[in-house]
Amino acid sequence: MTFLHTSPFILAIRRDLLLAARHKTEIVTALFFFVIVVNLLPLGIGPDTDLLRKIAPGALWIGALLATLLGLQRLFAPDHADGTLEQMALSPQSFTLLIAGKIVAHWLVSGLPVVLMAPILGVQFDLPGRSLGLLMLSLLLGTPILSLIGAVGAALTLGVRGGGALLSLLILPLYIPALIFGAGAVEADLAGLGAEGHLSLLGAVLVVSLFFAPWASTAALRVALE
Amino acid sequence: MSHSLVNWFKYASPASFYPLAGRMIPYFAAAAALLGLAGLWIGLLVAPTDAQQGEGYRIIFVHVPASWMSMFVYCVMAFWSALGLAFKTRLSGMMTAALAPTGALFAFLSLWTGALWGKPMWGAWWVWDARLTSQLILFFLYLGFIALQSSIDDPRRADKAGALLALVGVINVPIIYFSVQWWNTLHQGASVSMTKAPSMAHTMLAGMLIMALAFWAYTIAVALARVRCIMLERELSSEWVKRNATE
Repeated sequence: MTFLHTSPFILAIRRDLLLAARHKTEIVTALFFFVIVVNLLPLGIGPDTDLLRKIAPGALWIGALLATLLGLQRLFAPDHADGTLEQMALSPQSFTLLIAGKIVAHWLVSGLPVVLMAPILGVQFDLPGRSLGLLMLSLLLGTPILSLIGAVGAALTLGVRGGGALLSLLILPLYIPALIFGAGAVEADLAGLGAEGHLSLLGAVLVVSLFFAPWASTAALRVALE
Repeated sequence: MSHSLVNWFKYASPASFYPLAGRMIPYFAAAAALLGLAGLWIGLLVAPTDAQQGEGYRIIFVHVPASWMSMFVYCVMAFWSALGLAFKTRLSGMMTAALAPTGALFAFLSLWTGALWGKPMWGAWWVWDARLTSQLILFFLYLGFIALQSSIDDPRRADKAGALLALVGVINVPIIYFSVQWWNTLHQGASVSMTKAPSMAHTMLAGMLIMALAFWAYTIAVALARVRCIMLERELSSEWVKRNATE
C-alpha cells in the first residue's frame, strides 16, 4: 500500500481533510447555512404542505448550491496566501492531481454533509420516503459537479478584487444543468414519471466535469500564479 | 525568416493591426448603415402583414438577428480565446474583450424585444420558455465574463482568465440549452412553440437576413473601434503608439 502514501492525489486529500478537521467551525458553518436557508423558505412561502412538498427538491438543491459557494472562496485562497499553492505548482508531482485531490477533499467537507443532512430537511417538507432516497442519490451525484465546476471559478477569481461576489456571478449560471437534472429527478418521481433519465443525465454531467474541471482549474491557477 | 509564403501572424501584432483596423472601420460602418436601412425598409414597409400576428410581428426583424448575433459573438469569443491560449497572441485577448460588450448588448436587445413581442402575442412579458431562459443565461455569461475581465488589473492575466472562462462557457452553452429545454417540457406543455410557425414569406426572410448582415457589419465595426482603444490603452508606452500619436 505504499502507493497510497506517495500518490499526490491521496496526499492532497489527506492534507486538506486534516486542515478541515483542525478548523471544524468552517464545515459546521456551511452546513448550518444550508439548514437555515432551506428552513427560511417555508417561512417565506407559508406552511401549505402540498406546496412545500412540491418545492422541496428545488429548495434543497438551491440550498446545496449556496452552501457549496460559501466554502469555495476558501478552496485555494489560504494556500495561495501562504505560498503552498506555488510550491505545489513547482513540485515534480502532477499539479493537476494535487488540485483534483483538493477538489475531492472540498466535496468530502462541504458536499457530503449536505447529502447526509438532506433527508432530515426533506422530512420537514413532508417528502415521502422514496423521494428522500432519490433526493440523496441526486445530491450524491450532483454535489461533486458543484465542487468541480466551482473549483474552476475559485481558481479564476483567486486574488481578484471582489472575488466572492464575482465567483457567484461566474459559477451560478454554470450550475443550472446540475440544478435542473438534480431537482428534476425528484420532481419527476413525485409526478410518477420515473427519475432514471434525469439521473443518467446528471451522471453524464458529472463525468464531463470530472474530465474537464481539474484540468481547467489547474490552467486557471497557473494563470493566477504567474 | 518565415518559411511560409503567407505570414499568418503579421496582423497578430497590435502595431500592424491598428492601422488596418482603422482603414476597415469606415467600410463596415457604412455597410451597417446601408444594410440596416435596407433591412428596415423591407421589414417595415415591404413585408406583408402577418395573417395571424398582424403588424406586431415586425419586431422579428430586430429580434431574430439580435438573438443570432448574441449566440454567434460568444462562439467568436471562444474562438479567439482558444487561439490566444494556443499561440499566446496578444491581439486575441483584446479581440475577445472588445467583442464581449457587443455580445451582451445583443443578448439584452434580444430579451428586450422578445418581451415587447411576447406581451401582445402571448399576453405575457416573460414566459419560462427554453429559448428565453437560455438566452437569459447567455446574458449572465456575458456579464460574468465582463466582470471577471474588469476586476483583474494585469491585462495579460485578465485575457487568460477571460479566455478560460469563455471556453468553459462555450462547452456549457449547449448543455444549458438542452437542460433548460427538458426542464421546460417537464414543467409545462409546449404551449408556446416557435418551431411550428407557418412558413415565412420570402420578403420576410430576406428582410431578416439583410438585418442580420447589418448587425454583422455593425458588430465588426464596433469591435474594431473598441479593440483600437484597448490597444492604445495597453501599449501606451510602446514605440508604435507614440508614432501614431504624433501623426
